[in-house]
Amino acid sequence: MAIAVEMPKMTDTMQEGVLVAWLVEEGSTIAAGDVIAQVETDKATMDVEAYDDGVLLQRVAEEGDALPIGSLIAILGKAGEDASAVLSEYQGVSRPDKAPTEDPAEPAVAPKEGIASPMAAAESGRIKVSPLARKMAADHGLSLTHLAGSGPEGRIIKRDIASALASRDEPEQVPGVREYTSIRITQMRKAIARRLAESKFTSPHFYLTADVSMERCVEARRAINKWQEDRGEKGISYNDFVTKACAVSLAQHPAVNSSYHAEDGEIRQYSYVDIGIAVALEEGLVTPVVRDAHSRSLLEIAAETRALAARARNRQLQPEEMAGSTFTTSNLGMFGIESFTAIINPPNAAILAIGAIRDVPVVEDGRIEAGKRMHLTLSCDHRAVDGATGARFLAAVQAYLEEPLTLLL
Amino acid sequence: MATLQLREAIRDAMVEEMDRDSNVFLMGEEVADYNGAYKVSEGMLERFGERRVIDTPISENGFAGLGLGAAMNGLRPIIEFMTWNFAFVAMDQIVNNAAKIRYMSGGQFSFPIVFRGPNGAAGQLAATHNTTVEALYSCFPGLKVISVSNPDDAKGLLKSAIRDNDPVVFLESEFMYGMRGEVSEAEDYLISMGQARIAQEGDAVTIIGHNKSYWRALEAAAMLADDGYQAEVIDPRTIRPFDWEAVIRSVKKTNRCVVVDESNPFASVAAEVAFQIQHRAFDWLDAPVRRVTAKDTPAPYARNLMDHYLPGAEDVYRACREVMYL
Repeated sequence: MAIAVEMPKMTDTMQEGVLVAWLVEEGSTIAAGDVIAQVETDKATMDVEAYDDGVLLQRVAEEGDALPIGSLIAILGKAGEDASAVLSEYQGVSRPDKAPTEDPAEPAVAPKEGIASPMAAAESGRIKVSPLARKMAADHGLSLTHLAGSGPEGRIIKRDIASALASRDEPEQVPGVREYTSIRITQMRKAIARRLAESKFTSPHFYLTADVSMERCVEARRAINKWQEDRGEKGISYNDFVTKACAVSLAQHPAVNSSYHAEDGEIRQYSYVDIGIAVALEEGLVTPVVRDAHSRSLLEIAAETRALAARARNRQLQPEEMAGSTFTTSNLGMFGIESFTAIINPPNAAILAIGAIRDVPVVEDGRIEAGKRMHLTLSCDHRAVDGATGARFLAAVQAYLEEPLTLLL
Repeated sequence: MATLQLREAIRDAMVEEMDRDSNVFLMGEEVADYNGAYKVSEGMLERFGERRVIDTPISENGFAGLGLGAAMNGLRPIIEFMTWNFAFVAMDQIVNNAAKIRYMSGGQFSFPIVFRGPNGAAGQLAATHNTTVEALYSCFPGLKVISVSNPDDAKGLLKSAIRDNDPVVFLESEFMYGMRGEVSEAEDYLISMGQARIAQEGDAVTIIGHNKSYWRALEAAAMLADDGYQAEVIDPRTIRPFDWEAVIRSVKKTNRCVVVDESNPFASVAAEVAFQIQHRAFDWLDAPVRRVTAKDTPAPYARNLMDHYLPGAEDVYRACREVMYL
């Protein structure tokens, strides 16, 4: 009996994957555990391993196909074995992660000659259209698939067909129209779009900004990096100071080191501090996680962050290295950005946006002095974190950065 | 044209037919000495004498059967029910005998008989005196059913009904007896059964209404005209036979339809009309057919409830805007 190979669920949030490359030819003999293909998920490009021994009878999916989890991608079996039974079993079967919300059963009507068959649409399942509109569309060879209905519940009615016909009859291109380049939305961009939209639309954000005096951090970093350099070791960044200050402050302010779970009726306060650090890539952004940051030294944090960022840039991060943060930071200081607001990385309750260190005049004891300042902007999910709670946490971060020796305590 | 009340147009039709054919006679409660409970037969006793204008006891089943016997033997009776609410006790004669004996006797007997009287809501008369019966009698093959909305149709259709050789249920309206309208003075003014009247032409929506509902349809059409839409208003006039062609032609033009019917909704005339439209003009419909009927309860007594119970012009107007997607 031939064996079906399905699109695997490779991350918790994966709904579909793009088959990026086949690594095995049809007819090759493979053993369980062999890597047969690469799949791009919402998080990373990952290897697909065979679960069984056998001969690769057929590559069903083509490179570039985006397929829902559970879709047939290949068939394994004995050499020369007939794969048709497996093929017909999967014929027309696509298994989206979520059940359609309504009327999953039959399409509105049987497709008629000359009418584009109603969308097999995963979203609504059927096209609602008045009998007259359907007939008008058929008479004019107009596809209903991409028409928006203006009737109740999106029903396509006479006037929708009339306006579609009118616009179809218009000249195709008006001179002077500007063109655009179509860019396929990658799995990573889809994940960014989905998660950040969900965050911004469901968690009520509020923002707190502190202007942190960085003179002592600058001095401390200079001293530490000289020390490291003399020993042939790598230095640390200002960002590492911020990560460390956040880690210590989060351990002291567990209300900010939390996540809001409406469905379970609970807010989870974590007894460990795992800090996600946003890393910009050309195609998007990822947030590798520094684990147990509250119990690690500045140097350990610096080394770990450096390693994770390098792996991110080389696309080597595994999904588990990006999962499970309890807090996140995002730094645009290297671009000269003074301050900005970040969107919370769900399910975190807060994110810290780090700006550039600026040389500014500051007033001290009635005199104007040269100072170094950095804006920190904390975005909080008001469902889990109140204004005063967030403010106390941010004040703690500020205090540690303004007196970095205390980070040794 | 003469301007007549509905009752006068009905009387003229009966008088002309009785003048024309000595086999025609009128029978019912209070039709003779009292000149009719609603003065429809006023002066007819004096004109035709008591052999042809006959008062009966309060026994609808009895005089309905008497009429059927007379019809079987060659006369052409007009049986007046003081209201159609009272005719329920005569249903065995109307439904089992009038409607079926021609069929069961292989055509040996025919019934040239008209049962007529006021039908439908008539104000605060409570549940038992406010029944609308078009759909009920239309259920039985063998009966013809006419329901009139104005004096001219009443005259032309009643004369046709009296001359018809089959039993005809002729439905009038207590509320409309005093309503005046232009009536043709043509000699032998006959309107054929099964011909709807297009009261107003339009292309925005088809509104169908008979009897009093026809007027609600016209009022709604006027409201739509204020909005800038021209509705087509159709009075079917006869429920059986029904002029499906006129209705389907109109729906194919307007692509939408509202049926107004004073009946309770279940298995009403509106229900049948909506079925026929979806069956015969499915591909021309841009919206589901809407009907506006009485509520699905017995008629209430209280005036405010009665106003709510009956289909009003505003209800029809709203239904029209709905099927027009406005």
